[in-house]
Amino acid sequence: MAKITYRHPNGTETVVDVPVPNTVMRGAKINNIDGIEAQCGGSAQCGTCHVYIDEANALPLPAMHESEDDVLYGTAAPRRATSRLSCQLPVSEEIDGLVVHLPETQS
Amino acid sequence: MAAPSVVVIGAGQAGSDTAAALRSQGFGGRITLVGAEGVPPYQRPPLSKQFLAGARSVADLALRPASFHTERDIEFVGRDPAVRLDRNGNRVTLASGRTLGYQHLVLAVGARARRLPVPGARLDGVLTLRTLTDAGRLRDRMRDTGRLLVIGGGFVGLEVAATARAAGLAVTVVEFGPRLLARAVSGAMSAHLLAEHRAHGVRVLLSREVTALHGDGAGRVCEAELDGGERIAADLVVVGIGALPDVGLAAEAGLAVGDGILVDGHLRTSDPAVYAIGDCARFPSPHTGRPLRLESVQNASDQARCVAAALCGTPRPYAALPWFWTEQYGLRLQIAGIGTGHDRVVTLGDPGAGRFSLLCFRGNRLLATESVNRPADHMITRRLMGAGAPLPTPREAAAPGFGFKAFQEAAAV
Ligand SMILES: Cc1cc2nc3c(=O)[nH]c(=O)nc-3n(C[C@H](O)[C@H](O)[C@H](O)COP(=O)(O)OP(=O)(O)OC[C@H]3O[C@@H](n4cnc5c(N)ncnc54)[C@H](O)[C@@H]3O)c2cc1C
Ligand code: FES
Repeated sequence: MAKITYRHPNGTETVVDVPVPNTVMRGAKINNIDGIEAQCGGSAQCGTCHVYIDEANALPLPAMHESEDDVLYGTAAPRRATSRLSCQLPVSEEIDGLVVHLPETQS
Repeated sequence: MAAPSVVVIGAGQAGSDTAAALRSQGFGGRITLVGAEGVPPYQRPPLSKQFLAGARSVADLALRPASFHTERDIEFVGRDPAVRLDRNGNRVTLASGRTLGYQHLVLAVGARARRLPVPGARLDGVLTLRTLTDAGRLRDRMRDTGRLLVIGGGFVGLEVAATARAAGLAVTVVEFGPRLLARAVSGAMSAHLLAEHRAHGVRVLLSREVTALHGDGAGRVCEAELDGGERIAADLVVVGIGALPDVGLAAEAGLAVGDGILVDGHLRTSDPAVYAIGDCARFPSPHTGRPLRLESVQNASDQARCVAAALCGTPRPYAALPWFWTEQYGLRLQIAGIGTGHDRVVTLGDPGAGRFSLLCFRGNRLLATESVNRPADHMITRRLMGAGAPLPTPREAAAPGFGFKAFQEAAAV
């Protein structure tokens, strides 16, 4: 279980406990959180599960795979240094407390 | 005045996304989502891939969690197909006899697998793949099967072939056309996929037709007969020869149909209170300038949002850029745009190394990018085309050192 905060563009946030194993994308889906589309269902093909990791984050996230980096070239909302595909972020106890910001748009 | 009500027929990708998009776009009226299947909406793409391979469970396929419908005040009616549409009375009748009144109706009934029109097609062991039930049956059958015959070299057939091959089955693919995926990809991409399947040990026969299937005496398929008389032994046959849009309900109600339910640029049928979206709808595309019917998650999902916007009072014509993906043996093919009618192809990267993109042009205009394991080319094409931004010309794309990343940066889109 890890606590994950999804912050919406309007400043409101949803805090949920996400069971392990899961991804940050699935964490949003199973909790009915709007703002992540995930058209490809988590296969790093669509770029519609884009999130920004909170600037203050100091948690150990896995390094970005080349294909994730490539997919992030085409997200609908601008790519930033903190951009990730939430389907490529596994939920583990180590990332308990993670805060992600949802972009304005996904497609 | 009563709250406006929307009835969505078909609880697949397009129907489920419509109900969800209506609520997230602020629709306050009644929403009823009617499905023929006994399960809540699920994703179909994994049925021929991860689910068939045993790497994903039924629970993983759900499009939304069980709590979704109650939480968003959506009535989900399962296992009760709509059987009649009364447009004068604004009512649909379900198989159970229940009737639902509507102000707006969305037909998201999808498509069904085409059956093989040859003798023996109803033998035990001859399967199609469209639903979760189909996929479960196929997965079970694959466990005690040695020889699989796939009829049809389209996406579903090839994905099944790849998954079965990876599971160790002996696989033959018979394709009627002269190349694989002829309607969907360029000749060069067909050739690449053909080589890939052959390299993985799949026997692929092109320009050949299955004329009959034969049983073993106990009613179970054991052999296929081809034109010319050749026979192929098989304990399991998957028929992947395309899908037919489910137009029955619409046609009986007098709506305009023709290889799909015909809709206008706003996805309205010939009755303005009725929309049709997803695999069942034929719509005019600004990207090709002619009517199209697409079978893809992108199209189902984007059309769902477009209809939801119209019902929430902010109509806009449907203009989303088509894109598609498939996975076979870890090869990720992604297509952005519609390449039909291209007259030249520029290759980026190295097909021999399994990482390349084919840029399909007509004249100077880029129609589609087909990428194998080069997601940046796919994504940047999608972005640029979607934004109506300048695209590379064949000459620019063929210049040494051309790369989409640099092109996009220079275009500053
Ligand atoms: C095996 C397989 C693999 C695929 N792989 C990919 C892929 O990799 N990438 C991709 O982009 N796309 C893929 N697709 C295509 C994609 O799944 C479809 O384009 C998408 O599901 C279309 O959504 P839809 O809602 O229009 O239709 P569907 O998802 O087919 O849903 C229609 C639903 O309507 C129901 N229905 C029909 N008639 C009635 C009625 N009268 N009353 C009530 N309900 C009714 C049906 O039972 C069905 O559940 C794949 C499809 C299959 C079958
Ligand atoms: S869900 Fe498609 S890229 Fe993450």
